[in-house]
Amino acid sequence: MAGLYAVALWAQGRPATSEEMKRRDLTVFADGRGLPVGKGSAVQGQGIYKAQCAVCHNDRGEGREKQYPALVGGIGSLATDKPKKSVGSYWPYATTVWDYINRSMPFDHPRSLSVDEAYAVTAFVLHLNGIVGESQELNEKTLPLVEMPNRNGFVPDQRPDIKAKR
Amino acid sequence: MKKAQNRRSFLALGAATAASCTKPVATSESGAHMRVYGERSPHETSARVIRELTASLGTGSSRTPLHEIYGTITPSALHYERHHSGVPAIDSATHELLLHGLVDKPIVLTMADIKRFPAFSRTYFLECGGNSVGDQQGTPMPTVQGSHGLLSCAEWTGVKLSLVLQGVGLQPEAKWMIAEGADAGRMARSVPIEKVLDDALLVYGQNGEALRPEQGYPLRLLLPGWEGNTSVKWLHRLHFAAEAAMSAKETANYTELGKDGKAQIFTFVMEARSVITRPSGGMKLPPGGGLHEITGFAWTGKGRIARVEVSTNGGATWADAEMQSPVLSLALVRFRFPWQWDGKEAVIQARCTDETGYLQPTHEELVAVRGRFSGYHYNAVRPWRVAVDGAVTVA
Ligand code: HEC
Repeated sequence: MAGLYAVALWAQGRPATSEEMKRRDLTVFADGRGLPVGKGSAVQGQGIYKAQCAVCHNDRGEGREKQYPALVGGIGSLATDKPKKSVGSYWPYATTVWDYINRSMPFDHPRSLSVDEAYAVTAFVLHLNGIVGESQELNEKTLPLVEMPNRNGFVPDQRPDIKAKR
Repeated sequence: MKKAQNRRSFLALGAATAASCTKPVATSESGAHMRVYGERSPHETSARVIRELTASLGTGSSRTPLHEIYGTITPSALHYERHHSGVPAIDSATHELLLHGLVDKPIVLTMADIKRFPAFSRTYFLECGGNSVGDQQGTPMPTVQGSHGLLSCAEWTGVKLSLVLQGVGLQPEAKWMIAEGADAGRMARSVPIEKVLDDALLVYGQNGEALRPEQGYPLRLLLPGWEGNTSVKWLHRLHFAAEAAMSAKETANYTELGKDGKAQIFTFVMEARSVITRPSGGMKLPPGGGLHEITGFAWTGKGRIARVEVSTNGGATWADAEMQSPVLSLALVRFRFPWQWDGKEAVIQARCTDETGYLQPTHEELVAVRGRFSGYHYNAVRPWRVAVDGAVTVA
């Protein structure tokens, strides 16, 4: 009985086809694996941003009210008593910016951008943060090489870090 | 008017029954019909408090009324919610889970496939990593529902992921599992393979019935004792890989910024915590003192709670509270403490110790180490002030 629980294959489902794995796999790793072939620059991304992002994130990524996060600002603020987290100040990898925009944005129509549009609007957001040049082309090879300001800002779990006293 | 209608339908029911029986069946004037799916009494009003974080509905949270929960189980209708892109409408008949990446046999499982595995049920708490962020920043919410309500406890039913993985041939290089939801934003989190093989569950049941849509219907991941966000809802893809995805929700969010400007990443476990839920902020005791039961919850992501203590004099002295048995591992523990209030102003609070010997810190001890902006995993002691007029507020 116990042996059955240990080794039996209760259900095997069906084999996944390579077509559906490719279609459904959104994962992009920090070294760029998973990025589709494509390209775009901030100049090309500006119009897309204006049409599809600015309504929530504002013209230059300042954000709107508290609810629509700013996409810029706060570089150098993390160790102060007014830390401001943004793509520019906090996010460690440019690949994560592309991945998040590609999978989750625009918030009301996610995954509606083409691959090239995603590269272009990512370039525009990074350009707003002063991280890439206006006409610098981002593609599946160059995006992982973009050096984010907070690349080395993360450390592993330090807990238990507090020794409470009785 | 309503009563008359009820009475008429009762008579009709009685007549129908009478026709099929030899003897007429008596009906009661005041009794209501049976219901195929039950509802609570109209006199009960306990409710979640919703906080939409954006004008696009769905990104936000709803908090459990901890002060109104009896026992240890959170009714499914009152379980806390935290969504990053709303609650998707998914049909379990067409829902599929893809397992791929560093596996010998990538497969697709339907819900029927998943339910063929031997089921496993266990009671676990679930707490949002960001619970009580306001407390840490020095702007606590006035009620326990506001400050601690991203916390719930349910009996979850599903299948051990380790069992499912026996069929796919996990490769030795697979050190992480990237779990992705079928919500609009396809939220994704990376989970170390040790946790996956230890006690991770694929869950389809909550408190004896199917998961509620807002809890991930028809399928969610459940990682006992870990911050809620990692228990990915509406689960539709498991990607096995040599490294973490460094997704937005594990880098930009759910990382803990320290005083030195460095942030801790992959801080999964919820450390030991307790809180008095009654009397708590916003309540009013009858003035003049008297005997009151102090009660609340204790829990830890590291196993069992070993001890809960209560102080009714601002922390000057502490006494052991009674823990309701059985004390389950990784579940909410109900504690109780009889308090003879003398009618004078008092500060009441609870603190707990888990089976590893870890003692819950005070707010001062926590912020001295982490500062005010780490934003997640705040687990300090919460004192409540009881004023002479009986009003209970944040102390
Ligand atoms: C309808 C409003 C809306 C639109 C349009 C929109 N966003 Fe967003 N965006 C949001 C919301 C809301 C969040 C926060 C989501 C959350 O809390 O999980 C967000 C988050 C982000 C973030 C992460 C910010 C952070 O630091 O956490 C980025 C980057 C982003 N959006 C980029 C874009 C881009 C690029 C576009 C256009 C292609 C876009 N957004 C269009 C509403 C919008």
